[in-house]
Amino acid sequence: MKKLLFVQSKPPHGSLQGQEGLDAILAGSAFVDCAILFSGDGIYQLLSRQHTDALASRDYAATYLALADYGVDQLYCVAADLKQRSLTMADLLLNPTLLDDAGVKALLHGADAILDF
Amino acid sequence: MQFMIVVQGGPYTTQASLTALHFARAVLASGHKIYRVFFYHDGVYNGNALIAPPQDEIDLHQTWCALGKEHSLELIVCVASALRRGLLDATEAQRYEKSASNLDPQFTISGLGQLIDGALTADRTMTFGA
Amino acid sequence: MLHTVNKSPDASALRQCLQFISVDDVLVLIEDGVYCGLSGKLCPANAIDSWLEGPSTAYAVLADVEARGLLGRIDPRVVLIDYQQLVSLCVAHPTSKRWS
Repeated sequence: MKKLLFVQSKPPHGSLQGQEGLDAILAGSAFVDCAILFSGDGIYQLLSRQHTDALASRDYAATYLALADYGVDQLYCVAADLKQRSLTMADLLLNPTLLDDAGVKALLHGADAILDF
Repeated sequence: MQFMIVVQGGPYTTQASLTALHFARAVLASGHKIYRVFFYHDGVYNGNALIAPPQDEIDLHQTWCALGKEHSLELIVCVASALRRGLLDATEAQRYEKSASNLDPQFTISGLGQLIDGALTADRTMTFGA
Repeated sequence: MLHTVNKSPDASALRQCLQFISVDDVLVLIEDGVYCGLSGKLCPANAIDSWLEGPSTAYAVLADVEARGLLGRIDPRVVLIDYQQLVSLCVAHPTSKRWS
């Protein structure tokens, strides 16, 4: 079975890419095993305590908490990105697997197709 | 080989659509096939039949239509992205009680399943974005 | 694997790409990414130098180079290609990654 890797590289709310990327991930989960890599500013999508009421932007971060229900449990982030942003796992909504650079390369090369958001 | 082409940028605002068009033509000129062109994010704007660029500029919408017609390509526009951005075919315009539709009939509104199917079925997937 | 970069060195796209690109992969500069291919004389801090010094190849789309007035300004180690050659690169590399 083919492996699909989705890469989330943009922070939330400033553009629709993260939210529509998540829509694509949920669609993909109905077909095959999907993995998600949060790369660069994409890790901010998993930051906890996002309060969207005042902005009137969609609180789609809550949907990430339902990923397990869709069978999506292969979540990854880049150790260097967390460090650069002074973030730890405690700051995140979920516990993605931390990858070093070699791990990211292996993840990218192990995918049959990559969809970038 | 079969190519899946994903267009994530609208016409003119970024170069995504123009590059994708050149790439699509090159795929066909090289003797390969295009499994599907899937328009997502702002890429759905390429399906807008009301686009009227200056006469001395390439008409990206018309060019996609012509390429689609000449080679019987599937030009798919993601329904959720399209609705959010006001790209409606006649059915959606009626469903949402809008005064008009604007999606060129050369394009088809469909779901994200077409993106996933394309990525899984085609031999190669190329994405052009903002 | 084929990596495309479509932003100038001002953005983080090239830096992120070079962090994760492998020696057997190819790097293709498209759209504004062709500015990443400027020769060292014109762009002394150009991060692509380290990639070009290795055994791997970088390509730039000729139409994008010409449109931006960069013909003659691109590092001679960067191979200029047309869109059909880009298609050939895609055929040779089963997966592609977009950096933007």
